[in-house]
Amino acid sequence: MDKIPILRMGAFLLVTIQVDLYDRLALNLEADLVQMVNKTGAKGVLIDISAVSIVDSFMGRIIGNIASMSKILDAETVVVGMQPAVAITLIELGLPLKGVHTALDMERGMNLLKSIIEVTDDEDRYPETDDLIAE
Amino acid sequence: MLQNKKKNILEFWMKNQLADEGLREDLISNDELRSQSEELITALVSNLSGDNFTNLDADEWSPVIEILGGIAITRARQGFSPRETGNFVFSLKEAILDVLQQEITNDPMALFKESQKVNRLMDNLSVVTFETFIKGREEVILRQTDEITEISTPVIRVWDGILALPIIGTLDSARTQIVMENLLQEIVETGSSIAILDISGVPAVDSLVAQHLIKTVSATRLMGAECIISGIRPEIAQTVVHLGIDLSNIITKATLASALAYSFKVMRLEVRKINTVTKF
Repeated sequence: MDKIPILRMGAFLLVTIQVDLYDRLALNLEADLVQMVNKTGAKGVLIDISAVSIVDSFMGRIIGNIASMSKILDAETVVVGMQPAVAITLIELGLPLKGVHTALDMERGMNLLKSIIEVTDDEDRYPETDDLIAE
Repeated sequence: MLQNKKKNILEFWMKNQLADEGLREDLISNDELRSQSEELITALVSNLSGDNFTNLDADEWSPVIEILGGIAITRARQGFSPRETGNFVFSLKEAILDVLQQEITNDPMALFKESQKVNRLMDNLSVVTFETFIKGREEVILRQTDEITEISTPVIRVWDGILALPIIGTLDSARTQIVMENLLQEIVETGSSIAILDISGVPAVDSLVAQHLIKTVSATRLMGAECIISGIRPEIAQTVVHLGIDLSNIITKATLASALAYSFKVMRLEVRKINTVTKF
């Protein structure tokens, strides 16, 4: 069965979805990702969906779920590279993905994530993650 | 009988048409008019047979109707008025009647009968002409509407990373769809992170339009860009509030200038006047 790889990069987790998600795959991704966040203590999750051309309400909800779950586990979620058609579909479906940060591409997403986490770090410092963010 | 008189009819007709004061020499030349007329008469006369005078659905008439339709559509595109197009056919009727009158001199009954037939036929033909003319006009209008929709929603790159969309005219669902698609596509292509939606040219906003605007802003946000709405007129602000539409999650600015200034601030850009040399 297909599996979507989750890569660890410092304090972040990278997920690049290169295929059109079907429901089962999306559910697996959700479970894997939550496990990964927990295991690595990641501060941010970056999901690249630039290769996804079709979404349905289920997919939209999964993305929303991932964001809320990560939030509970103290990680921010940034979705990058959404195609115009996908954005229009999600809006028409009434899923504005509240609580999810978005960016145009990977690079900006990374910068955004860094800036978000820096801000939170200033408020309450986590000494153990400092060296991770520094890199 | 009419077959033999084709030349005569054409002459009369041309004379009639040329005598008409409303003749549009600026739109059509005499030669062109003559060739159009000749073509029509040839088709008309060659398809005349005694019993098909009233039934325009008959197969023999289709070439005539086709020619007539062609002429009507061309005229619609060239900007002839309905009256001028109508006169084109009516003057043919007069010409034919004139010829008939010259031919049948000693039998009033026959003349009357023939005239009536010709009348009926030509009336039918003019109705066809009108229908096609109107159809042609509608096509012109439709094309113009499409063009206006195309032109009226440009996406302008005002700065590196900042797009602006001046919207002029009433926003309806179809247009908002185009605006949204163009905007999102342009965001992807240019990698812009800020889009300014300027609605100073929009005369009225109702709840549906506001809904569309909110959708556009949300879709831009999903793509990872920020959307600012600028140029909201006081009347529109009033309506929006009275309608109970919540725009509080959307960044709104009074003018395009202040939206641009805000964008510069967000992008950490600074624009300032250069100190001139004379000052030093």
